[in-house]
Amino acid sequence: MDPVGLKHYLFVGAMLFVCGVVCMATKRNTIGMLMGVELVLNGANVNFVALSRHTPLGLDGQIASMFVIVLAAAEAAVALAIALNFYNNHLSIDVDRADDLRG
Amino acid sequence: MTPSPADISFIQSAATWLVESLRTGLSASCTLPFVGDVYVVPTLGGVLVALGVLLRLTQWIWSRLSPGSPSNRAWRQPWGPMLLVILGVGCLAVFYGLRPASPASNEDLILLAVVSIHIGMLAAFFGLPAFAFIWAERKISGRIQDRLGPTHCGGRFGWLQSLADGIKLIQKEDLAPAAADRMLFRLAPYLVVIASFASFLILPFSDGWVAVALDCGLFIGMAVLSLEVLGVVLAGYSSGSKWSLFGGMRETAQMVSYEVPLGITAVIPVLICGTMNLNEIAHMQSGWFTNWLIFHSPFTFVAFFVFFTVTLASNKRAPFDLAEAESELVGGFHTEYSGMRWSFFFLAEYASMYFVSAIGSLLFLGGWWTGIAPLDSALHSMLEGYPGRVLGMLVLLSKAGLLVCVQIWIRWTLPRLRIDQVMTTCLKYLVPISCFLFIGSVIWPLFWLSVAGRPTMLPGQSIGNRVQVLSVDPTQVPVHSDHGHGDHHDHLDHRHPHGPSSHEAPGHTGQAPAVNPVQEVTLRGGR
Amino acid sequence: MGVLVFTIFALAACGGALAVVLSQNVVRMAFWLIISLSSVAGLFFLLNADFVGATQLLIYVGGTVVLLIFGVMLTAQGPYTNLKTNPGEMVLALAVGGAVFAMLVAAFTGVDWDANSDQIERKFGSASTQVAGYNQQDEGSSVRRMGAALSGIRTESLRDGRNLKRPGYLLPFEIVSVHLLVVLVGASYLARAKRRVAPSQSSPAA
Repeated sequence: MDPVGLKHYLFVGAMLFVCGVVCMATKRNTIGMLMGVELVLNGANVNFVALSRHTPLGLDGQIASMFVIVLAAAEAAVALAIALNFYNNHLSIDVDRADDLRG
Repeated sequence: MTPSPADISFIQSAATWLVESLRTGLSASCTLPFVGDVYVVPTLGGVLVALGVLLRLTQWIWSRLSPGSPSNRAWRQPWGPMLLVILGVGCLAVFYGLRPASPASNEDLILLAVVSIHIGMLAAFFGLPAFAFIWAERKISGRIQDRLGPTHCGGRFGWLQSLADGIKLIQKEDLAPAAADRMLFRLAPYLVVIASFASFLILPFSDGWVAVALDCGLFIGMAVLSLEVLGVVLAGYSSGSKWSLFGGMRETAQMVSYEVPLGITAVIPVLICGTMNLNEIAHMQSGWFTNWLIFHSPFTFVAFFVFFTVTLASNKRAPFDLAEAESELVGGFHTEYSGMRWSFFFLAEYASMYFVSAIGSLLFLGGWWTGIAPLDSALHSMLEGYPGRVLGMLVLLSKAGLLVCVQIWIRWTLPRLRIDQVMTTCLKYLVPISCFLFIGSVIWPLFWLSVAGRPTMLPGQSIGNRVQVLSVDPTQVPVHSDHGHGDHHDHLDHRHPHGPSSHEAPGHTGQAPAVNPVQEVTLRGGR
Repeated sequence: MGVLVFTIFALAACGGALAVVLSQNVVRMAFWLIISLSSVAGLFFLLNADFVGATQLLIYVGGTVVLLIFGVMLTAQGPYTNLKTNPGEMVLALAVGGAVFAMLVAAFTGVDWDANSDQIERKFGSASTQVAGYNQQDEGSSVRRMGAALSGIRTESLRDGRNLKRPGYLLPFEIVSVHLLVVLVGASYLARAKRRVAPSQSSPAA
């Protein structure tokens, strides 16, 4: 048995996930928050790929993580377009400024 | 390859081992003997990496301790640690590429010899093209501009000019401007060089001579090469200069858009060959030069030129060198760099020029085959194994070198485009053209299948039958080639007297079960 | 050896992620993100998921991060924008994050994964279904199986003759492709709308 087991990979995945969550919580910058989202998705990807050995095809998790990567790229493109629009309207990408709809 | 008896001297036996390993080990890098638990090479790699990092740390601490001392400048040169780290990473990577089939023997001397040859070759193929083509660039540009170029260095023709340049650059002071973000400014050249070096790991220099043999080799090469842009954009941003920032921005925009046609045109040979393994793609182009994929259909013919244009842009070569447009942006992203860090950018640029040219010749121009079928088979039957592969490597190197020379020629001939013209060329012309070529090469074989009853216009076999036609080494037959098809068996049996049993050679097919329905579906597909 | 390489990659991934959280400069955050994501790609290679690793390098590191840096440059108001985080917020976030991390670790260390994989093997047979290829079994042979699965054919059902009705991944593949088309159109629409609106709005602001 390989001394590097499933749990080690899951540990790395959990670390990435938590770092991403903290990054999303603490950064006020839209792009900083996007980076946090990427970290969270990567933590999930590590788990998917590590667990895919234990599925019948041996690939299920890998294919799931492929979809995650593709959708993350799409999400980043749209989020960046939104951020640029936001910057055009507020001349800042600080998310605390986005309180126009507050009554 | 068993060790010699005790009465023969050690040197003699070592020499025998070396020759044997060159003949058998190197020729089929997958069937190397394995060092059981010794791990000489990875240990060496790890030690080298650690040594490089330690050396760099020592330099850093020393420069902090004595900021004003005159020896400080010499200590801050990063090239020594850099070399060590690159060598170490090369060791690790080559070790992984050579992970063998049978962990049985403990002939570590052979493995050490073979692996050190491999590392030397990789480093040489990373460094030498840069040296050779920098000299070639200066000579060719000189001739095009009606002057002589370098003449004195190294006796005649100035052939040692690059070495002189390199020594001069090593001696220069390593500056970082006051406005720069120091950490990123210092790290950006490393990113560029590492990305460029890592892409060489998947490049097969000759039949089976590849550091890391992967089924998605082409894809990984493209992916790794696209990381170079990160170093460039970080260099541009962290320099703290508007010229550098403009250069970095232009480079980003250009690279991101040119990735698209590059990917699509590189997928066309993959589509035709049914594999992303560069070794297999080159094997399918053996025989006469009409078998080269550039002559496979009119679509692939145009696709090669589109691919070449796009690689010009992705290497920031003229007429697309907007990132370093010296007439408007001083030096672009490397305006603020000096000394060795500056030359890292150019080392990487020339190495990746060479890399994409080699990829282009592997994908479209027949790889390591000369294109003359009788010559190829004569060479490979006379010089089987190692010498034949060396010849193949020379052929590939000359093809790639020729393409690099064309790149240089274009650079000194065509004027630079404006940035909007660059983006228009890509988005409005190259992307639609490459999509059209892709769809065209999908339809082409189907069209000829319905009209003429065979999938190609040229007479001859379909491309799947051409695998390994000229190979004389039965252990090198790709396992996937048509186990279950009777008509293909005839073909292979004719070439390889061992017949299908030779497919069960150790190391390649040891674990491969004959899964006929799967292979039909996944490999042969509609062809 | 595998342990050493895994340790290097895992440390780089975790350290890069931590540095993303702790650094104050957006571009430095992007740099640490590059380190972290590339090491994750290295982990994928260690898991024999070469295609996923290459995709990670190409799309994430080469595409998404470049987009992010591009966004930073387009929206920065001065050189080296600093992101000041309130120390109190940071401490709170780190505490909550640490709690979540402890919970996750406790959750996955409590599971006997080996027993589970044994059960799966008993039910479905061995996990490794190799299609013969040029390379060896362990390295770089996931591409063909993955391609077959994406076009609707699962190789393990072909081998067994069982489970022939399992459809593979054709439907998700189609959904993702349609989704990508929608995103392409949407992003270009957003960018176009921005350019049309921008002059009228920037004039009162300036």
